Amino acid sequence: MLERYLTAASTYAHWVDYQFILIAVLVGFWLIVAEAVMFWLIFKFRAKDGRPTQYITGEEKQQTRWITIPHFLVIVCDLVIIVPAILLWYNIKQVLPPADETVRVIAQQWAWSFQQAGPDGVLDTADDIRTVGELHVKVNTTYHFELRSRDVVHSFSIPAFRLKQDALPGRAITGWFRANRVGTYDIQCTQMCGVGHAMMAGRIIVETPQDHAAWLQRNASPAMAASAAVPEAAPEPPASHGAIVAEARP
Amino acid sequence: MSEHAAPGIFERYFFSTDHKIIAMQYLFTGMGMAMIGGFFAYVFRMQLGFPNQNVPGYGIVTAGKYNALVTMHGSIMIFWVAMPVLIAAFGNFLIPLMVGCDDMAFPRINRLSYQIFLLSALVLLSSFLVKGGPFGGAWTAYPPLSASGAYNLTPVGATLWLVAVALEFVAFLLGGINFIVTTMNSRAPGMKMYDIPLVVWMIVLASVIFMASVGPLIAGAIMLLFDQTMSTGFYDPTRGGDPLLWQHLFWFFGHPEVYVVLLPAMGIVAEVIAVFARKKVFGYKTVLYTTWAVGFLSFVVWAHHQFVAGIDPRMANIFSVTTLLISVPITEMVFLYIATLYGGSIRLDTPMLWALAFIGEFMIGGVTGIFLGSSGTDIYLHDTYFVIAHFHYTFVPIAIIATFAGLTFWYPKMFGHMLNETLGKIHFWGTIVTFNVIFIPLFITGTAGDQRRVYSYAQFAEQARPALQHLRTTSTIALLFMLAFQFIFLFNFIWSFRHGKTAGANPWRSATLEWTVPSPPPHGNFAQLPTVYRGPYEYGLPGYADDFVPQNVPDLAISIAGETD
Repeated sequence: MLERYLTAASTYAHWVDYQFILIAVLVGFWLIVAEAVMFWLIFKFRAKDGRPTQYITGEEKQQTRWITIPHFLVIVCDLVIIVPAILLWYNIKQVLPPADETVRVIAQQWAWSFQQAGPDGVLDTADDIRTVGELHVKVNTTYHFELRSRDVVHSFSIPAFRLKQDALPGRAITGWFRANRVGTYDIQCTQMCGVGHAMMAGRIIVETPQDHAAWLQRNASPAMAASAAVPEAAPEPPASHGAIVAEARP
Repeated sequence: MSEHAAPGIFERYFFSTDHKIIAMQYLFTGMGMAMIGGFFAYVFRMQLGFPNQNVPGYGIVTAGKYNALVTMHGSIMIFWVAMPVLIAAFGNFLIPLMVGCDDMAFPRINRLSYQIFLLSALVLLSSFLVKGGPFGGAWTAYPPLSASGAYNLTPVGATLWLVAVALEFVAFLLGGINFIVTTMNSRAPGMKMYDIPLVVWMIVLASVIFMASVGPLIAGAIMLLFDQTMSTGFYDPTRGGDPLLWQHLFWFFGHPEVYVVLLPAMGIVAEVIAVFARKKVFGYKTVLYTTWAVGFLSFVVWAHHQFVAGIDPRMANIFSVTTLLISVPITEMVFLYIATLYGGSIRLDTPMLWALAFIGEFMIGGVTGIFLGSSGTDIYLHDTYFVIAHFHYTFVPIAIIATFAGLTFWYPKMFGHMLNETLGKIHFWGTIVTFNVIFIPLFITGTAGDQRRVYSYAQFAEQARPALQHLRTTSTIALLFMLAFQFIFLFNFIWSFRHGKTAGANPWRSATLEWTVPSPPPHGNFAQLPTVYRGPYEYGLPGYADDFVPQNVPDLAISIAGETD
């Protein structure tokens, strides 16, 4: 259902979509029944000459069961919804599968910057690759992201992955995703972060392992490694998103 | 007031302590603010529907202006429209009349409450005149964005917003004290707890919820004010503060606030349905108990606004359960209202249309909340237009539909004249149909990933698809129609002041006490204070000639036809 509106490109995107459908079916049923009963009553008991109104307190047993029975059915439906909802949450947010790769995501007014391991495969070494506005990842690989903010609250959202996590200044929040479809997807900021909020766009590029290796090679020459070791400076304005920081600063 | 010469206009309107005059002042201030908030909605929806075009009557909407407009729209509609109209206007007008006393328990505090409220509105509006313009950091005002002018670029506007909100809270605390004390202490002799009309109960309970939840936010607001103006670091992580603290304090108030405005709306709808279905409210006591349950549960659901905010993920499980739990009493309340229709003799006058529409539309708002309260799906839907559509399906029924139900129902009592029925029905259908056409497309754009509070989707390839833009444009066009239909109401409202049919004391043949006094009620309300003999919804009581028995009629009076006109 959701995929009609937006591609699903991560392993848990479908889980979210199934949960969405489950809820839609259950609450849709109740909504239609309740609306139908209401309209039927309005029609059936419309004012007619010579038909007096009935005196019903709604406090006797045989009357209240019309409320209590649906009421227990609603509780059952709530349970049917809440159990998978929590399981889903548990699997997406609470437990992290072991990481194949780790990236650091840094939010600031108004750009996304990313830091990932260079050819040596270790984060926080001289050959790390830093990018602004563009994150390259391998398909079918479990990534942990370590999310930080330099200034205000932002929110790291990749709709195609059904992923969202606020970035808080002063905290590093770790989450995970595993992309399962090659392509380019949007990264949004979904928390009001000031006047450039609507400009805080990014792209995530899911590549085959071969393409990713090639990209890694292109962007990890020794010269680049040296300049990447320069302490973090303010990244480029959003207009240049997609550019490699190191390239932009010779 | 004074027993000397007739009070002058100034004294009569600016310092009157009559609850009805204060109610009217709250009502008209709220309606004025609603026009401002509606105008803002028009401006930013135009930007979304027709991006980067000149908006007639406003101009080009830049990113900064857009942020300010959505922030002010949200703040105004909740704090300066829903609260003053639903709680203060109806509460002030109805409580003394419905419990059978001459005025509020503390008339001067009541006056002070409106005075502070007016001041808060003026402070908010003054932020449009200061350097940097009004605050644009969303109505939730998350720090550090709201705490530092360097981040939000509206240093003065942010402080004015905060001061205005704090003053508004003071006003409603004072008002709430009055509602609670008046209802508990000033009831007519014979009116027992279960004889109090539901709308009065609901306004009182809303006041209790408001009082119990607002304290932490006031504390939070003062800390934020200090962060803004005195460089303290309560929310600044580099100096040991924590931005999440504000979010907890804000939503600890913010979610109960939803029920603070919902309950009076539910109360109004209960009154209207009972009168126009000629039915006793089905399970009066159960309605009351579910209200208490809702009130209590509303204090333990706040973090469902923060599932993905960086709180401990284990906490989301608890709040997801409580959030789904609160659906149970609310569902039960709605079922009870629907059950009230059974066996009735339903007349579809304009107030009844509004009341029934409230139930029909509010149910959509309720069920879509399940998608968001269930933590797993909220990961995706959080801060999308799905949320916007969901809460407008709750807030529009509350602040617009139920308010119109109440206004059209009590207009004869307030002004002594009937509203025009034909214009009322045109206005009703025009508003309801367009309302759905505005927000159903937004459910879809939200499901497709449209994030909130951005003035342009040009940067986002997935959102910039033409299909989604068509939906946004549809929504905007529907809004234009909806706003246009409001002028019909405005005309009807003003025209009927003088030209509406004379109402008489009890045009709807209602059983509660406010209909036993002339319309509009004189100063002091009751020529002789009433005595209450029965509950508020005795319609179709067997053994009586008429199909309703007013609360103040003794059991022995079988024929009451002569007394009600």
